Amino acid sequence: MADDKVGLLERVRESVTTAPSKMRKSQFWESVFRPGSPFRAGYTDSPRGRSYVIMNNVLYHLHPVKVKRHGVRLSYTLCLGGLSFFLFIVLTITGIFLMFYYTPSEERAYADIEALATSVTFGTLMRNMHRWGAHLMVLTVFLHMSRVFYHGAYKPPREFNWVIGVVLLLLTLLLSFTGYLLPWDQLALWAITVGSNMGAFAPVIGNQVSYVLLAGVQISGATLLRFYVLHVLFLPFVIVIFMAVHFWRVRKDGGISGPL
Amino acid sequence: MEELIAQAAAATGYPASMVERSAAARAKAEGTTIEAVLAGWAGVEVPTAAAAGAPGGAPDAAAPAQAAAPAGAMSLEDLAAAAAEESGMPAKLLMRSATAKAKAQGVAVEAVLAEMAGVPVPTIGAPAAAPAASTSAAPAAAAAPVMAPAPEGVRTQRLLTVVKSKAIQQVKTEPVDKVNTWPHLVAAEFVALMAMTAFLLVLSVIINAPLLEAANFNLTPNPSKAPWYFLGLQELLSYFDPQIAGVLIPGLIGLVGLGAIPYIDRNPATRPSERKFAIMMFTFFLMGAATLGIIGSFFRGPGFNFTYPWTDGVFFDDLLDWLE
Ligand code: HEM
Repeated sequence: MADDKVGLLERVRESVTTAPSKMRKSQFWESVFRPGSPFRAGYTDSPRGRSYVIMNNVLYHLHPVKVKRHGVRLSYTLCLGGLSFFLFIVLTITGIFLMFYYTPSEERAYADIEALATSVTFGTLMRNMHRWGAHLMVLTVFLHMSRVFYHGAYKPPREFNWVIGVVLLLLTLLLSFTGYLLPWDQLALWAITVGSNMGAFAPVIGNQVSYVLLAGVQISGATLLRFYVLHVLFLPFVIVIFMAVHFWRVRKDGGISGPL
Repeated sequence: MEELIAQAAAATGYPASMVERSAAARAKAEGTTIEAVLAGWAGVEVPTAAAAGAPGGAPDAAAPAQAAAPAGAMSLEDLAAAAAEESGMPAKLLMRSATAKAKAQGVAVEAVLAEMAGVPVPTIGAPAAAPAASTSAAPAAAAAPVMAPAPEGVRTQRLLTVVKSKAIQQVKTEPVDKVNTWPHLVAAEFVALMAMTAFLLVLSVIINAPLLEAANFNLTPNPSKAPWYFLGLQELLSYFDPQIAGVLIPGLIGLVGLGAIPYIDRNPATRPSERKFAIMMFTFFLMGAATLGIIGSFFRGPGFNFTYPWTDGVFFDDLLDWLE
């Protein structure tokens, strides 16, 4: 009886200690992590192993296997482009959360935002993160543009990526601007009123553009729906396409610029 | 030794340092002394002191002589093994390539193998198997190895010219100093991402997003301000005609001008000291935008009139929660 117990314990201990390595050799595990992954059995930390980590990974769509040494230094890019992209992802996640609780109608919008603070778990945190994240993204995109300028990183062959960047800046501002209206409080209403009045001064097309954007001559409930669709669907869709081209061009133009 | 090097250098026409290096390498490869090699190049007698130490005085000549004895009696297998040892290739592979070569040149396999092994070509087989080769191979075979050692003092190769690597290689990209993306870049990105997440979380916990009263079309707040990134423009509106401040400056200078920068700035330099004008202009633009934005945000009160934030308070509703 006592012997049996010891034997059992031994077996349990053995299976517990060998479980991780067994799991890493299982068909399921190997089907998830492609050859070369550092999570697979047999990964070696060699130049070859390190190359395979990127080559056999979805990251290969964003990063080459090797990058210029100075580009890795935080002081070169300050990671500003990457952080702009990361903030965009954070905004997408928190934004989807907010969409579950928000109705873009004159009657419901304000009450829904108020309810985030009172009757939604993490509602305030999500709203705050979405709002400050948006402001931060405008800031990081702007700073990213400045860092690109000061490095002269827009010079051949990168001219057109700068132009794509300017479109990204415009899209970022438009995303922020359309989102600004959604809480439907006094701040939202009048800030957008002031902002769109400025746009309406544009010669020839000013009135038409403002009519299309506002869904009328003045802000109304129809504007709210229009801004909502622009904010949660149209503009994110467009900016993702431009970002894809932007990142692709960074690689095709020979990776990060420099060193100075 | 120095004297020998100098002599060899003079005879070969190479720099002394190179001669010394290559003599050392050759001596090691052939198992002789450096002096012997140098003497060979310089075309002088091998110094006696060195000769005593060297395995065979003049090894170039001695080694084949040693091997010559068994070579004639060697079987095909022995020859293949010897050739394999000499070249460091597997015997099987060697046999295949020797057969192919023999066939292509019309000589005996043994002759090819013997050449590879560096032993005298066996007399048997060669003339019989390859009549075509008999004129050239047979007379040589009897007396000397196929690759006869160079007589003392005769150089077997010489430098024709020194060619810079770029002249004969097509260099498409300059080599650059690179590091593996994994782990170097991925780690840096991860740190940046975590820091940003932490910062955003802290910000969101301590400052609440503003929410004023419900929208009311009949009640215009005073002042009415645009979102902060447009406050610089709103500030401009209080100086200029709306056609200029609302359209010309943001549209033409802000967007078209910004987008056209790479096509306007034709200076290829990227070093800051070589593009002072561009940097000055852009800094001027940034400073102007920042100044206007700060004035619009913090120095404008009711009626968008100028105020000091420290006397009349701040009229900047984005940070309402924090300002209270
Ligand atoms: C949504 C906005 C944007 C995102 C997510 C983004 C992202 C990135 C990323 C990740 C890089 C790689 C290098 C780095 O991190 O600095 C990059 C490079 C670059 N970006 Fe952006 N960017 C944005 C906006 C802009 C803007 C507004 C401009 C200029 C007007 C711009 C121009 C460039 C250029 C020229 C490069 C190449 C820089 C180099 O090779 O050093 N981008 N961008």
